[in-house]
Amino acid sequence: MALFATCLVDSLRPNVGFATAKLLEEAGCRVEVPRQTCCGQPAYNSGDRATAKTLALQMIEAFESYDYVVVPSGSCAGMIIKHYPALFAGDPNLAGRADRLAAKTFELVSFLVGVLGLKTVSARFEGQVTYHDSCSGLRELGIKDQPRTLLASVEGLELVEMKDADVCCGFGGTFAVKYGEISDKIVTEKCANVTTSAAKTLLAGDLGCLLNMAGKLSRQGSGIEVRHVAEVLAGMAEGPAIGRAAQDPALVEARS
Amino acid sequence: MSAHSTAHDFKANASRAIADTQLTGNLKAVRQNFIDKRAKAVKGLPEFEALRESGKEIKDHTLAHLDLYLEYYAQKVEESGGHVHFAADAEEARKIALDICRKVGAKTVTKGKSMITEEVGLNAYLEANGVTPVETDLGEYIIQLRGETPSHIIAPAVHLNKHQIEGDFRRVHTHLDPARDLNEKVSLLTEARGVLRDRFLVADVGITGANFLVAETGTSIIVTNEGNGDLTQILPKVHIVMTSIEKMVPTLEDASQILRLLARSATGQEMSVYTTLSTGPRRMGDLDGPEEYHVILLDNGRSAMLGGEFQDMLRCIRCAACMNHCPVYHQIGGHAYGWIYPGPMGSVLSPSLIGVDEAGHLPNASTFCGRCEAVCPMKIPLPKMMRHWREREFERNLNPALQRWGLGFWAFFAKRPRLYALANRLAIKAMALIGRKKGSFKGLPGLGAWTKYRDFAVPEGETFQAKWKKARAGR
Ligand code: SF4
Repeated sequence: MALFATCLVDSLRPNVGFATAKLLEEAGCRVEVPRQTCCGQPAYNSGDRATAKTLALQMIEAFESYDYVVVPSGSCAGMIIKHYPALFAGDPNLAGRADRLAAKTFELVSFLVGVLGLKTVSARFEGQVTYHDSCSGLRELGIKDQPRTLLASVEGLELVEMKDADVCCGFGGTFAVKYGEISDKIVTEKCANVTTSAAKTLLAGDLGCLLNMAGKLSRQGSGIEVRHVAEVLAGMAEGPAIGRAAQDPALVEARS
Repeated sequence: MSAHSTAHDFKANASRAIADTQLTGNLKAVRQNFIDKRAKAVKGLPEFEALRESGKEIKDHTLAHLDLYLEYYAQKVEESGGHVHFAADAEEARKIALDICRKVGAKTVTKGKSMITEEVGLNAYLEANGVTPVETDLGEYIIQLRGETPSHIIAPAVHLNKHQIEGDFRRVHTHLDPARDLNEKVSLLTEARGVLRDRFLVADVGITGANFLVAETGTSIIVTNEGNGDLTQILPKVHIVMTSIEKMVPTLEDASQILRLLARSATGQEMSVYTTLSTGPRRMGDLDGPEEYHVILLDNGRSAMLGGEFQDMLRCIRCAACMNHCPVYHQIGGHAYGWIYPGPMGSVLSPSLIGVDEAGHLPNASTFCGRCEAVCPMKIPLPKMMRHWREREFERNLNPALQRWGLGFWAFFAKRPRLYALANRLAIKAMALIGRKKGSFKGLPGLGAWTKYRDFAVPEGETFQAKWKKARAGR
């Protein structure tokens, strides 16, 4: 099977890619990472259908030979699953290929639970965490219980629900920069809900939302750590949280 | 010309709204209420999902044959002694209404709540022509006193709080005792009732909108919670229904199906307090009712939506669930959208009716969170249609040059995987090097729009693809 890391994970947080691979391999999958760029969502949502199609076709070509394509992001998986078929609908050459790729593409956690039938993971994470339901994953792909099921099996972890966990964080891709002021108000509210939940760690399944919330929390000087859910499920959450500095290498060395 | 628009100034409007703490406080105070009430009503009706599907089918069918149903409806109205006037645009609609008023020498017109009369700017026009319109829905009455437009399609004064309303009443109702107690919401309501009662009695014409038009019987239906609609249409000599063509449904049975969705989605009620059906003028032996019954059917761009990408929008029953659940609406309220229809439904509809050049911001000002579509009783794919508007803007080069350039620059690399990998690695390494001591950037050239409000996480330092290759090379 193929891992589509997404451009954000590829560029900013490779650890999520490795966590994804680890979860899949531990469940018995053979994982490959074909050469990849972006699913085309930024172009698609900006109204640039032509570029979106070019990138979608590039994705189809790179990934269609695998049995499954797994993506650690609800919105990028949603792009392939829901929007590629819409992009190529009526195209005699490509509609079928888009549909077939869509049918074998899954968001990571829904793949682990829904396809592989996983109910538990073997990982440890101390403390209270809260989980934000990213919009595309929740409303396009119905991801709600799956991450909670798996998180419940993580040793030492306690999930505390925040208020309005299923309400948008204000990211919205280019929305966050085009309408920064409105986006800021939405994410400020989200962060208030995170903070009142009393959790020390915030998790979600989409790096876009995570960068937005982590960026705001960091700006507020909050001590709450932000991580991708895959990092916790894979037991790969020892490194610095999103937006946190790595510990001084000298210090790390001295300790080991 | 439809009502005045400031939609092109959306960003400035939104900034102003965000800075207005009274407004944002008022909005915050009511929003959870709408959400909770709807959720409870939906939960209490196991067949809600099936009803949505059936409502959608009814409307899709009607829209596919709208010409036939309109014709049939008009015939039925005439048979029942009423008159139907087709209005191609706002100006025609206004003129027809004024003509009817003039024919009966109307001085005062009472009005039930109607978004269509807002759309065509009827009040200002009547006033300019010597006819005094009096809004009788409490919310509409309040905003009329303030010279404002509705900020919400079912709760026009939702942007105001009790104290603001009290201030307006004291300012305008100078004939009442200044020492009266207006602390309670009911006392405001009672006062408005008292003031309006006199106006009902002197009105020569009553104008209402319609939630549904029933082709089968030539009936118009309104739903209200205050009963003001009934007084508006029963007491005066003439009743004018000003509404738009897409309110059509084939049969009474169809209307009752959709009515079950409407109140639940809007206010969480099972039914609105009053559901009023009007068919023609008063008949022999009727105890009350108007002597004349007119229906003005507004098109104003709607028929052009038929058969196109935006036809689904014509299923809208104006329940407001989409804006009640919209994170953007929650922050800025309805006026910021700049034209009659706010929130997600307006972001799709307004560009259709007043042009995408004017209303281009609206379909862009969405995070595509999808909550509007999830709650829309008519299953209207609002985000998808907002995206269609973005596509039209892109095709016509309407987006700002910088945005296009940025997107084009990114796309150039994204379309070339090898080059992308290389460029991305270099950029990431550079960023990681600059930020190696810190976890987040407080500011970053080119990312100012992001870092103005939030920090940007410093990348790990190497791309996933490069790291993966290295890690797996030894295997
Ligand atoms: S678009 Fe849907 S949710 Fe919004 S007002 Fe219309 S029917 Fe209601």
